[in-house]
Amino acid sequence: MEHTLETTITVNGTRVTRRVSARQHLVDFLREELGLTGAHYGCEHGVCGACTVRVDGEIVRGCLMLAVQANGRTVDTIEGLSDSGEIAGLQAAFHRRNALQCGFCTPGMLMAAQDLARTRPDATREEIREHMSGNYCRCTGYHAIVDAVEDALKQSAQTGGKR
Amino acid sequence: MKPPSFAYARPGSLAEAFDLLERHGEDAKVLAGGQSLIATLNMRLSSPAVLVDVTGIPGLAGIAAAKDKVRIGALTTHRAVERSAEIGATLPLLAQAARHIAHVAIRNVGTFGGSLAMADPAAEWPACCVALDAELVLASRAGERRVKARTFFRGLYETDLKPGELVTAVEIPVPGKDHRASFMELARRVGDYAIVGVAALARAGAGKSGKALTDVRLAYLGVGPTPMLATQAMAAAEGKPAADAAAAAQAALDRDLKPTADLHTSAAAKMHLARVLTGRALAALAA
Repeated sequence: MEHTLETTITVNGTRVTRRVSARQHLVDFLREELGLTGAHYGCEHGVCGACTVRVDGEIVRGCLMLAVQANGRTVDTIEGLSDSGEIAGLQAAFHRRNALQCGFCTPGMLMAAQDLARTRPDATREEIREHMSGNYCRCTGYHAIVDAVEDALKQSAQTGGKR
Repeated sequence: MKPPSFAYARPGSLAEAFDLLERHGEDAKVLAGGQSLIATLNMRLSSPAVLVDVTGIPGLAGIAAAKDKVRIGALTTHRAVERSAEIGATLPLLAQAARHIAHVAIRNVGTFGGSLAMADPAAEWPACCVALDAELVLASRAGERRVKARTFFRGLYETDLKPGELVTAVEIPVPGKDHRASFMELARRVGDYAIVGVAALARAGAGKSGKALTDVRLAYLGVGPTPMLATQAMAAAEGKPAADAAAAAQAALDRDLKPTADLHTSAAAKMHLARVLTGRALAALAA
């Protein structure tokens, strides 16, 4: 039985192949093997959302998925979303609204918020709160984060979805 | 924490999966979405020698609606159930319940069959399946067998699954056109484990004195070792208009439920909250 497996993942558009330990989490693979340290480790058991990344276009917990489970799939991290400009509007809103202090949760917050922007751009404040409830922040008390997401969704609606 | 070391195999067919499960016996764990399993591995509450990832087996995901029943493949994600127009039209109870399951990032990966096999007493799908009188399709090398959800859940995290057996699908009878569904849950925060929840169904028809509830079904989560079908409360509510049905079910409920305290909530508070939800759910069914 194999304890290490050849694993190929397309990360932020680039195909990478590594031999990985079966026990390695996806987020560890990204951080340790690829040096993509934007996705953070918080609780390491699926509660805090700091490790949120996208797999095949859908957000997942990077600590509740093994790297081998992502074999053959497409992964997007905060680095990819940031570099492509996909979340520029959200980033600006987070800045404007002081939606971060220490910044540890911010990559996960932005990944979750962008998922909402893509799936329910007309979300109400209550829906924003519900959607973001899987991401913990220990600094802001959340109001500024909800304000920022609300701002970004509104702005995006005004510019017809263009950022 | 990081999980201890294990081997990993991803069989491409049921036969191959049965081989692996037979060969490794109790040393093997079945990995589907892994949204509970990987958390328990991370916390080292479980340390299997081998993970058998069943997600490469074709034909185990998807929703198929026939005239009077809906078949949900075991590997269908919570999110797929939540987004399915067919589920919304035929089994609104599931559509209502889905949004209570953890958070989107977890619903994107966790599976319907995995939740049933895991049999967490605070989970949403087991209670829904009990209320809807669903039937689980279990497969092993010996063939297929079917077990009603109402007998599948045996105890705390304990099911009728035999070693070497997998949940492959769930078949759910579609309630009649005049049935209504209500799923309600109380949790400390959105997405947390339920303190208590109820999956409620009934036919809301015109009775002699206004709308009467018939074929009342109440299944609770978070208040027992398994999902709890409240047969006494159901019988008490049967045939009554909503307000009377609620009072009768609430009065009978302590004959069905004997909740035990958890970290945050006493047994008495759980019982009280179960009664509160019962009232709200039955009112919603008649609304």
